[in-house]
Amino acid sequence: MVRPDHGRGGLGATESRDGMSTLATARGMTRRVGSVRSANRPPIALVSGAIVVALIALVPPIYLVARVSDAPAAAAAAIFTRSTLDLTVRTAVFAAAVTTIATAIALPIAWLTERTDLPGRRILAILAAAPLAVPTYVGAMVAISAFGPGGLLEDLVGRDLPFSIYGFWGATAVVALFTYPYVLLTVRPAVLSLDPRLEDASRGFGYGRWTTFRKVILPQLRPALSSGGLIVALYALADFGAPALMRFDSFTRVIFIRYESTFDRTGAAALASLLALLALALVSLEVWTRGRRRYDAVRANGFSEAPPIRLGAWRWPALAFVTGVLAFALALPATVLGYWLIRGLAAGEAVNGIWDAARDTLLGAGLAAAAAALAAFPVAMLAVRHPRFPLTRPIEVLAYSGYALPGLVVALALVFAGINLGPLYQSLTMLIIAYLLLFLPLAIGATRVSLLQVRPSLEDAARGLGRSRWSVLGTVTAPLASRGILAGAALVFLTTIKELPATLILAPIGFDSLAVRVWSASSEAFFAKAALPALMLLALSSVPLAVLEIAGRRR
Amino acid sequence: MTEVTQTARADTSALRARGLRASFDDTDAVSDLTLDVRPHELLAILGPSGCGKTTSLRLIAGFEAPTAGSLELGGKTVADAGCFVPPERRGVGMVFQDYALFPHMTVRENVEYGLRGAHRKRELAMDALATTGLTALCDRRVHELSGGEQQRVALARALAPRPTLLLLDEPFSNLDLGLRAQVREELRDIIRETGITAILVTHDQEEALSIADRVAFMARGRIVQVATPEEIYLRPATVDVAEFIGDANILDATASDGRVATPFGTFAAPDVAAQAAVIIRPEDLAVGSSGALATVVDREYYGHDQVLRVRLDDGTIARVRLGSRERFAAGDEISLSLVEAPLILADDRPDTRRLRPPHAEAR
Repeated sequence: MVRPDHGRGGLGATESRDGMSTLATARGMTRRVGSVRSANRPPIALVSGAIVVALIALVPPIYLVARVSDAPAAAAAAIFTRSTLDLTVRTAVFAAAVTTIATAIALPIAWLTERTDLPGRRILAILAAAPLAVPTYVGAMVAISAFGPGGLLEDLVGRDLPFSIYGFWGATAVVALFTYPYVLLTVRPAVLSLDPRLEDASRGFGYGRWTTFRKVILPQLRPALSSGGLIVALYALADFGAPALMRFDSFTRVIFIRYESTFDRTGAAALASLLALLALALVSLEVWTRGRRRYDAVRANGFSEAPPIRLGAWRWPALAFVTGVLAFALALPATVLGYWLIRGLAAGEAVNGIWDAARDTLLGAGLAAAAAALAAFPVAMLAVRHPRFPLTRPIEVLAYSGYALPGLVVALALVFAGINLGPLYQSLTMLIIAYLLLFLPLAIGATRVSLLQVRPSLEDAARGLGRSRWSVLGTVTAPLASRGILAGAALVFLTTIKELPATLILAPIGFDSLAVRVWSASSEAFFAKAALPALMLLALSSVPLAVLEIAGRRR
Repeated sequence: MTEVTQTARADTSALRARGLRASFDDTDAVSDLTLDVRPHELLAILGPSGCGKTTSLRLIAGFEAPTAGSLELGGKTVADAGCFVPPERRGVGMVFQDYALFPHMTVRENVEYGLRGAHRKRELAMDALATTGLTALCDRRVHELSGGEQQRVALARALAPRPTLLLLDEPFSNLDLGLRAQVREELRDIIRETGITAILVTHDQEEALSIADRVAFMARGRIVQVATPEEIYLRPATVDVAEFIGDANILDATASDGRVATPFGTFAAPDVAAQAAVIIRPEDLAVGSSGALATVVDREYYGHDQVLRVRLDDGTIARVRLGSRERFAAGDEISLSLVEAPLILADDRPDTRRLRPPHAEAR
């Protein structure tokens, strides 16, 4: 390579020039040659990583189908009965009721705390999302021990209550009360980006407040409402702990009983497949309606922030509504759990082993978070940088399947797979794989968003400066996307701490977890015994919530 | 995988591209890039947006793999049918249009990034920063810098590993107009001083003419003409080039017997068969006492000069560039003559692109 010999200083200061015919040649520009056309293709390592993730995601559906087709007659007998039809209808109605009530709680809170002069709206807005940290089975345990037979309220009034907390309405109320934050969190940004000029325009045409809400505001919120509603509906379909404690025979409870008590594994697999189909149908319904409503998406183009709407005399009923929800969703669990804790400690309830449970819970959640962050990266990279690569779409769809599959279904499928896979059966690895499949979509979502913010020219620049693809990934792409990767891991961590059915079924012998402790104590109505692990669960979930909050603030 | 050709020619070009093509989804972004770049020269690739000039740069850097053709850098093949050298092994420095500075690093860390494994990395980085006048800013984060400073960091970072070839993609397009001329001068000085071979891509003809040793004009995925700034301005190879570079009056005419008749006289055009384009730069027209009659339509006064829009006898509108002291107003009758013989080219433009069909404007 010829170097110019303009001995005029500048970059080519004499002493640093000798012995180097440019760094580029020293680094071996001619030594190794990559394969032809490699520039436009995703690197093999990325594709193979993503394929491994997709193959793991294929395991549950394959084993469910295999299990069902092993004994088709028995499976058909389990599915085509009157009681299964009843079960399906009952669960669907349950999911619909939970979604309706959760939306009825979340939408007014979102609107009141973001758009009106509600007293204390800033602190209320933060508190309103906090019930997310309370697992629904803890909520159910609190409800039963407070309002159930022999509960605190009966103690207080000194006689039997005229209603029963158990059954459909109890389960619906509990699940809705602790899942409404999912709707709140998706609707809030949409409420914030509502253009007040549209409302003014509608009022200007002589429409009243109610008509304006129905014809102008609601259509703009619909995409957010339906995606938040989908999360809640899937949660209700998949929830195991709360319906079981509330003695409501939802799909999950029936499947669990078949599997655990009657050892009818084919029947359990058949019903689990049916439940998975129900969830998939729900997702397709949402995707289909969203497709038609694409143009409802809110565009926030340069309007000034609207002055808060004056509630006038309505502010007090509004405040009573919001604080009432928070009283049931936050104050009541804290009070009831505190009461049982003190009562338990006073009665000499053993606290030993609780640290082991906390340690195992943290271990499981930590491994799940790390595995999910690691698995999400190649999938998110393919989706963001190589969207037109033919394998990208199928890999993405498979990686997102855990979003629709209930934890109990994934856990059962893995049990069936584990029996064939020998050493993996009842191992920690199997449990982590279950967590990974269930919560991978959370990690992919967060990683994807942060990768979208890394300009491709930065990666090109790094390669032009002599770095290999791997080096670029480690020094440019990953550091710049680290906040999103961390947020994704924190989300998975938080969700894993609260996870119940997969942990219950797949936890290896000797693996203790706070969730299972809360579950087994409450299902036998030992509320004093459940209080400490439940409170520790809440404390542990607040750590990743804080991490997420900080990550969100610094953006 | 094939072994790279090791034979260096005696007349080594810094870059030698032959028929490079890049297609995406069956459309060619670059259909035929054939270009030689001499060592130590600053070559500008000039063309309208979408002509394929940025893709050409990405082909040279190795960010895109060509669908056909071959590319040699410093006499060594880096891309052809059998081999593809990835960008990190091409020894090419690039300054991106958006600068592509790493936001999570300081100025010095950005510059040191390309020096991994280098002996006396810190020294080399500080050298590059000194060359670009950034020594005082070396511990700043890149988002604390102005646009001009960011541009210099991008340049220092590209130069630090001492590439054999420097590529610049629209390096001035993100700068304020006022800053552009100054940064352009600085850049040219640095490139001359380091003696590096550089290719600059731009859509701004003034930028290309003022800074480059040679200009390569690109249109619809091909290099149309490569020449010095004077040559490409005074002797454009095609009507496209004449139209894009500088101001030009393009008069439509028909050649017969090797001659073309214009309002300013009849000229020999031995190479033109039928449809001819007569190219007259506005500054090559002068107002005098004799010549073609024209009516002033309006006047754009710029201070250092002025441009009259005039209607010729046959209805054609022409532009005339004059000094700043002559006074004309709309409606004035003037006589125009040529200072220089016009350039007459075969009109290869498709019909749809001929904006002024002959005698279209009625008197």
